[in-house]
Amino acid sequence: MKRLMLGNEAVARGLYEAGCRVASAYPGTPSTEIMECLAKYPEVYTEWAPNEKVACETAMGAAIAGGRSFCAMKHVGLNVAADPLFTASYTGINGGFILAVADDQGLHSSQNEQDSRHYARAAKLPMLEPADSVECKDFVTEAYRISETYDTPVMLRLSTRVSHSQGQVEELPRTEVPVKDYVKDSWKYVMMPGQAKKRHHIVEERSLALAKLAEETPLNQIEWHDRKIGIISAGIAYQYAFEALGEKASYLKLGMIHPLPTEKIRAFAAEVDELYVIEELDNIIESWCRQIGVACKGKELFGFEGEYDQRRIRTALLGETAEAVDFDGAVPMRPPVMCPGCPHRGLFYTLNKLKLTVTGDIGCYTLGANAPLNAIDACLCMGASISMLHGFEKIRPEAADRTVAVIGDSTFMHSGITSLTNLVYNQGFGTVIILDNSITGMTGHQDNPSTGKTLKGDIVDKISIDAICAALGVKRIRVVDPYDMAALEAALKEELPVREPSVIISRRPCALLKEVVHQPPFHVDAEKCKKCKNCLKIGCPALRITPEGAVIDDTLCLGCGLCRDMCAFGAILDAKGAAKK
Amino acid sequence: MTKSIMIVGVGGQGTLLTSRILGALLCGSGCDVKLSEVHGMSQRGGSVITYVKYGDRVASPIIAPGEADLILAFELLEAARALPYLKKGGRIIANNQEIMPMPVITGAADYPADIAARVQALGADLVTVDALPLALEAGNAKAVNVVLLGVLSRSLSFTEEAWRNAIESTVPPKFLEANWKAFLLGRGK
Repeated sequence: MKRLMLGNEAVARGLYEAGCRVASAYPGTPSTEIMECLAKYPEVYTEWAPNEKVACETAMGAAIAGGRSFCAMKHVGLNVAADPLFTASYTGINGGFILAVADDQGLHSSQNEQDSRHYARAAKLPMLEPADSVECKDFVTEAYRISETYDTPVMLRLSTRVSHSQGQVEELPRTEVPVKDYVKDSWKYVMMPGQAKKRHHIVEERSLALAKLAEETPLNQIEWHDRKIGIISAGIAYQYAFEALGEKASYLKLGMIHPLPTEKIRAFAAEVDELYVIEELDNIIESWCRQIGVACKGKELFGFEGEYDQRRIRTALLGETAEAVDFDGAVPMRPPVMCPGCPHRGLFYTLNKLKLTVTGDIGCYTLGANAPLNAIDACLCMGASISMLHGFEKIRPEAADRTVAVIGDSTFMHSGITSLTNLVYNQGFGTVIILDNSITGMTGHQDNPSTGKTLKGDIVDKISIDAICAALGVKRIRVVDPYDMAALEAALKEELPVREPSVIISRRPCALLKEVVHQPPFHVDAEKCKKCKNCLKIGCPALRITPEGAVIDDTLCLGCGLCRDMCAFGAILDAKGAAKK
Repeated sequence: MTKSIMIVGVGGQGTLLTSRILGALLCGSGCDVKLSEVHGMSQRGGSVITYVKYGDRVASPIIAPGEADLILAFELLEAARALPYLKKGGRIIANNQEIMPMPVITGAADYPADIAARVQALGADLVTVDALPLALEAGNAKAVNVVLLGVLSRSLSFTEEAWRNAIESTVPPKFLEANWKAFLLGRGK
């Protein structure tokens, strides 16, 4: 029977059917649902690792032990996992190993738009790229076959529109693949210079064998229609091209995107009048075509930035434009915002009010950079807030009493611990705020080592953030409820001037967690409201101003009470009619 | 021939359930079907868009400007934002609800006045619906999404039985009757 599945769900189904035994990942949009779907199969051990490097190493350990294994991450997560991956290319595997990486063309939920295909070339690993949910499932089976035949990790490249689109997929039963024998072999698995020199030679020979495979594999298909236009494409870009041009063009659709099939490209190019390479982000296929002497057009027509769609291709190649009517006025943007009742809101309001310099990190709370909170000065990557604070204060020690780092609980577990280690050990004196909302929020509520629950739902001992900070040598650790803005401000004023590292844990669970109990909605006494708009400074989507004064949307309000604290006129009341705590 | 439906709204309005029911309906129809949605940061009270496409062979899962046969808007500003996606001769169904975005709340921008009349004046076939009172009549304010699906169903040629099966296969049994009632109120029964 066929079922509608997200690309991510189809990858999970493929892993299940292909006998995967161990899978580890750190959540990251758009890759997260692979592991959430895979966790539903009891035959597969699944886990959330604290970061992508750990996930990759765990899966490699399982592969060396002889079982089929898997790890998943978003594109920037691959930067974190790159270290084990590059050397796993040398050791090769025992049981099959797949690393899935999901790029985010169009930056729907990411801090950059990097193209993961560069990694396949740099690490000399085969990379497959499915174009829809059906291929997501099928390519997993093929990836394990390639992995075990060529003794190599295999990369599976996804993208937002493949991961988060649904198509109809046929479900098949699981094939149990026995665990292979494990034989101690230090010349294969211990990478010191002597061994690695020999393994490098094997990697180069494998690359030649994989180049031969690329010419023969049915993953790379030619679809002949009109030969005036020839298209070389892969993944989601192929879908846009086919939708735009249909049978007005012929296609070389690449399912294996590293290594590329030199002779197949040459043969296809020879049969068409004009050759176009259609690929989002970087010009990897196009550059290869030029390198092997095949003339083509590509980036000069479509560019390096953002998502493509069928219209962009139709316009560029056929000169056709669709008729579209714009609204006859300005349409205000609707950027994402912190939810009503979000525990981060009061903290960022306070940081902005105190005019602090704030190094930020990755999570829902990065939204603290947006108006009206405007609180964050810099944000790079997971875990960078604390290290950047440390560096910032080395240049501007005089600014230490007005500079802080903010980092979430899951991000702290991911890579904030090493940053804090550095700050403490190397005589920093920064103030670090850990926003502990007891969950990984932005990616849709995944547990992490500080929440006390595993991906499989097992209840385990929480790893204490407080105890980690203490063990690293932080002597000043305090916990504050971020709904209490006065206490937050007082804590900051005490910790900022202190010439030693301090950690403020801003602790309250995410307002969207099911177990969180909310207060009844607040309301505004219109007679007392002076329309001063001070309450709007906290940026709550449940609050707005009307000609009659401020209004609270009682379908959105969760009764956090921050707006009441903002009102100097006692016009904002809780459900019992009280104006102050 | 591919049919393209775009569902737009504000994160938290329940657009995903609507597209899931639509997906379940189409999955049993013998057509090729693709749905595309975006997760992550864009869900936190931001604009949300789901594309639903079906036909003999659907290649691209997304809808480009000028391609949507139908747009189902859960909110008026989002209807205005989605207008360029409407195909010539296509129809917009819009819920008569206004949700202020943050730039309007902070005073950096104004919420456009008379959106429905202006969209109509631009030549679009616009149907507006007061979905909230119908959802309340069905017994649940959160059933606005299914009321709107009921309105949408008038523009599609699927049987009531097919819709019932799709809703049954998507919503939990304890919410089925309230949702079915909401659907029928939207459908005009």
